[in-house]
Formats: sequence, structure tokens, C-alpha cells
Amino acid sequence: MSDFRPVQMRSPVLTVRRVDAYHAITVVAPGIAERFRSGQFVAVAVGGEQSSMLLRRAFAIHEVKPDYGGTVEFLFAVRGRGTAWLAERRSRDLLDIVGPLGRPFPLPRDPVNCVLVGGGAGAAPLFPLAHTLRRRGCRVDFVLGAADAERVFGAITARRVAETATFTTDDGSFGLRGQVTEVLPQVVEDARSDVIYACGPMPMLREVTALAARYDIPVQVSVEETMACGTGVCMTCVIPVIGDDGITRMTRSCVDGPVFRGERVRFDDVGTIPFDALGAPGWKTHGDDAVQTREAG
Amino acid sequence: MAATTPGATWWKGAGGPLLPPVAEVPAGGGGTQEEARRTDGSGRDEATKGASGMSPDLRTRLGDVELANPIMTAAGCAGAGRELAQFFDVARIGAVVTKSVMLEPRAGRPAPRMAETPSGMLSAIGLQGPGIEVFLQRDLPWLLARGGRAVVSIAGGSAEEYAELARRLSMAPGVTMIEINLSSPNLADRGRDFTEDPAAAARVVRVVRASARSDIPVFAKLSSDVPDLVGLATACAEAGADGLSMINTVRGMAIDTATMRPAVAGGTGGLSGPAIRPIAIACVYRVHAALPDVPIIGMGGVRTGSDALEFLLAGASAVAVGTVIFHDPSACVRILREFEEALEERGVARVGDLIGAAHRPLGATALR
Repeated sequence: MSDFRPVQMRSPVLTVRRVDAYHAITVVAPGIAERFRSGQFVAVAVGGEQSSMLLRRAFAIHEVKPDYGGTVEFLFAVRGRGTAWLAERRSRDLLDIVGPLGRPFPLPRDPVNCVLVGGGAGAAPLFPLAHTLRRRGCRVDFVLGAADAERVFGAITARRVAETATFTTDDGSFGLRGQVTEVLPQVVEDARSDVIYACGPMPMLREVTALAARYDIPVQVSVEETMACGTGVCMTCVIPVIGDDGITRMTRSCVDGPVFRGERVRFDDVGTIPFDALGAPGWKTHGDDAVQTREAG
Repeated sequence: MAATTPGATWWKGAGGPLLPPVAEVPAGGGGTQEEARRTDGSGRDEATKGASGMSPDLRTRLGDVELANPIMTAAGCAGAGRELAQFFDVARIGAVVTKSVMLEPRAGRPAPRMAETPSGMLSAIGLQGPGIEVFLQRDLPWLLARGGRAVVSIAGGSAEEYAELARRLSMAPGVTMIEINLSSPNLADRGRDFTEDPAAAARVVRVVRASARSDIPVFAKLSSDVPDLVGLATACAEAGADGLSMINTVRGMAIDTATMRPAVAGGTGGLSGPAIRPIAIACVYRVHAALPDVPIIGMGGVRTGSDALEFLLAGASAVAVGTVIFHDPSACVRILREFEEALEERGVARVGDLIGAAHRPLGATALR
């Protein structure tokens, strides 16, 4: 029986390398590697055993390899003291790491055409997905964008793996000048895409989801919400998501996500509690209406 | 071409729930061998036990309830145990204190809900939760099926709501204790009355005690942010509280220097983690000195077995692990192991011998 539960490990660092504007760390973590499915992430403790930084840092898993029983690579940009500490790790240092966490990308049963859209470091989880999709006979097209050339991640791999790879930068230093959402319609039409997978900042995911609706194709988005624990207990990474029953709930990105069906995420309400969300001030009225409707029906 | 929706049949169900469904979980908390290997602290054989050759008696009493050991989770830091059961057997710790449950579902506060601070975090979750009905249907039975002891934290907007929650919990089988959350800084204004005003707090305690089944101890959870903590604790004890839990988070604030706005959406949040431990120790110490017969669950920044020991020496009968769980999901069993080792090293035979030992006069052979 397969075991999908996450594990906590003290994993030796294999390599720390610079990749343009980012850092990539590979750790030996067989338990995580064997359970991994595309779209899942790891939560890494930073600062050592008596660290004053209590919150784990969550990073999408970028690559899993069978070497040394199983290795896991994740990508990050140095943004604060925690990521700066991580960037200073060296080979054979130990990292306290929990994973794999989160809902993975659902996979199509049939060999359909998939377009993968990544913004900045959000490209990272799309590469294991691309390999999985290719193995299933899917066509894969990449659209990757970032602020500048340094921040476009994985261009060479994208070109190798995908049927087509399109790049955009805000400053025009690499690929086309502009944003991924400006070139995406053309890619979707040319590739006759059946499905969109996207990972990146919220505004990008909102635009991609709107575009998928225009083409009437499904879209799976992976959100990059800040988390404290990654395991589902702290309740800090919630966003408003519409459930199968039509009710909006403040939903944990870590265990119910990070991958969501795009049209279920209330992008315009992220950062707020929607009035009609479960348990919000307006929910009670909404709930009573629903009861009345049911009774009337 | 693809009019199929994501919910249609061609999606392989890879996006299903990641937590094991209730039915798949072996009752009685029997984890897999692997689980035992990676999280179990007690897997040591007898030969490695302390020099005394005896493993210490870890049992502790909270009112009429005896727990197998004094390590618990703190309310709001462990859900109802389900998420953490992926990392350790929840039946191994003294009890799981659940996230505060309210009568109705509650959406909580808008994001950002937290900010990391030195050795701590600020949070303003706003008691998001599914409400008592879902708790009784889904969360409580799950915990009991795993063999966990359930201490249920309750929160309400009025004394009557607290009383109703106590009634509902008393009708459900398997509730070990009730903890009254009198002190969440994230309750509405009326909630703050309970926090600071001894008379209002006493009234809540009185109605909960009257509504709860007599064999379920009722503990009142207090905040340190009050003008007269000992007065508040005394009022709660006199109103019938079987014990006290302290402390809740301490009001704090951080400002993001990039956005130049408060880092937490509500402005202030509750500070937790090792940063507040000395405050918590002082509170437990003072209240135990004033009310030596009232059992206390101590909490606030417990990170190691030695921290847990510190709370017991100050006067706590049990210790809850909170924010550190976010840092280390298997913290509770690690702390339990470290705590047991600390007792062995000191030749302490019983947890009971430690409670309040720091109050004894210098030279008293507290630990012999």
C-alpha cells in the first residue's frame, strides 16, 4: 500500500548552487523522494537547532532523483534572514525538512495538450510535472516569465522538454517584453491546449484563470502563500476557495492546496474574508437562504 | 475540443485528500513500524534507562483526571490532532488540547495572519473553525478512535454560549476535560471583558461548571495581559474552576518596514513562542504561590524537555506545547522523551515530586 504521509527528516545537503538569481539546494531525503508527486513542497527549518526563527520556510520541490536512495531539490531566492542562512549551507550540513506536503497537480488520464505557465521561481514545480506529463504522452508547452532575464528559471530545460517554450520579461532582457498572460492566448491557440497548469504570484494566477475561462479549458493553479508550519495546524495560509458544495471557505493552502482548480479561488477576495464565506458575518443569512431554498424545492 | 471540466472523469484523482480517511486509521493509535521508528521517543530499551534503573512515574493529576504524562498540545497549535498524527502517535502524549471550538463556524481574520518575530511569532487567526457540530461529528470521534485524550477548548461571545458548548460536549462521550478560552486576544470586544474582568470571567466559569458533566474537569485559560492576574485566577477558582491554564498569547505588534504597515492585518496580534516563556513562568509561579491547591497547565514557549521541567518547578501540573509544534511537528514526543530523560538524570521518581519545587526554601531537599 502506498504511503502518502509526509515525513520529517534530518537530511544531509548534497549541493548548494547558484542558478541565476536563485539558489538551489539538493538534499538526500529518500522518504520524501519516494512519496513525492508533482506540485508538492517541503517545509524547511532554518537557523539551526536553537534558531530564533521558528517558522518553517516552504519551497516547491523542483526535482527528485534516485541517487543516494533519493534526492530532492528545491529552489529559493534570498529574501530574508532565513533564506540567507539556507544559502550559506554547505555539502554535508543537515537540514530539518518535512515533506512531501500539499495537494499535488492532478494529472489528465488521457494524452492531452498541456500548457505550463510559471512566474519567476514559480516555474520550479512545473518541471517535474512536465516530465510526468511527457511520460503520459501529453504535449507540453512552456510559458515562463519574470521581471528580468536573471529571474527566468529553467529556460534551457523548458526548451528541451517542451514542444514550444515562450519566455517573457518585464524589461525585455530575455524573450518577449511583457507578461506571460500577454503571450498565453497565442500559445493556447497554436498548441490547441486542453489544460493549463500555472504557478506564480496571485495576480498572474488570476489572469491565467480568467484566460482559461475564456477558452473554456480547465486550469490548475499552485499558489505561493506564506506559511508558518506547512502541515495544516497553524491556519495562517488561508485563502478564500469555493468548495464542491458552492460554499466559500477560508481554505489552507498547505494541505488543501497549494494546487487548486483556478476557478475555485476567489482571487479578488484574497487578503480579505469574503462576506459570504463560511463563518463570516454574512454567511448566516446565506446559509438560511440555502435552507429555505432546499425546503421550498 | 476540451469542454471537459476539471471535475470530469478524465482527471486522475491525484488531488484527493492527503490525510488518511478515518476508516483507514487503526484504532487505538497503532502506528506503522516506520512511524514508530521515525517519531517514537520511547523506543529505547530498558538498558538505556537512567542510572536509577527505574523509569520515572510520569503520571499527573488535573482535578479528577489522571494523565499518563504531563505533555499536552496547546489550544490552536495542533488542530484536533489529525494533522500531527502523520508525525507521531497522538495517544502517546498526555492529552490533545483542541483548537478552540465555538457554537457556529467562524471564518477568522483576514490575511496576513502572522509574522515571525525573534524566538516567536505574532498571530491573529481569529478563532477560525468549523463550529461545534462538525467538531462533534468529525474531529472528536477521530481523536478518540486514535486513542487520544481530548481536552476541548471552548470559546464564545457570551456566558450562555460557553454554557451551551459545555452542555453539548458533556453529552458527547470521551471528553476528558474542558478548557475555557477566556483570553483569546482575537475574540470580539465582549470577549475582552472575560479576559480582564474577574467578575465576568467568574460568571463564565460558573455557568460552564454548572453545565458540564460533573466528572469533566473545567479549566480556565488566562491571559497574562491583565492588571491583576492572581485576582483573576482566584475569582475563577472560587467560581468553580477545577484548574487554570496559563498563559495565552501576549499582545504584541510588528511593523513591516517595507510596506510601512503593521505586519499582521489586525494591527496587533498574539505573541507566542519561546520569547514569552519567562513571562509564562512568572505567571505560573505567582499563581501557584497564591493558590497552591489549584492545578495549573503551564504553557508559553515550551521548546525542550527542560522547558517543560521549568514549568513544573514553577507550579504547573502539566505542560502544553504550542508554537514550537509549527517549527517541529514531532515536538510533543521529542519533549516528552527529553523530559523523561531530565527526570532520570536528576533521579526524580515521580512527576508529582517536582510540582512547585522551585517554591521550596533554599536547602530543602526537594528532589531527593
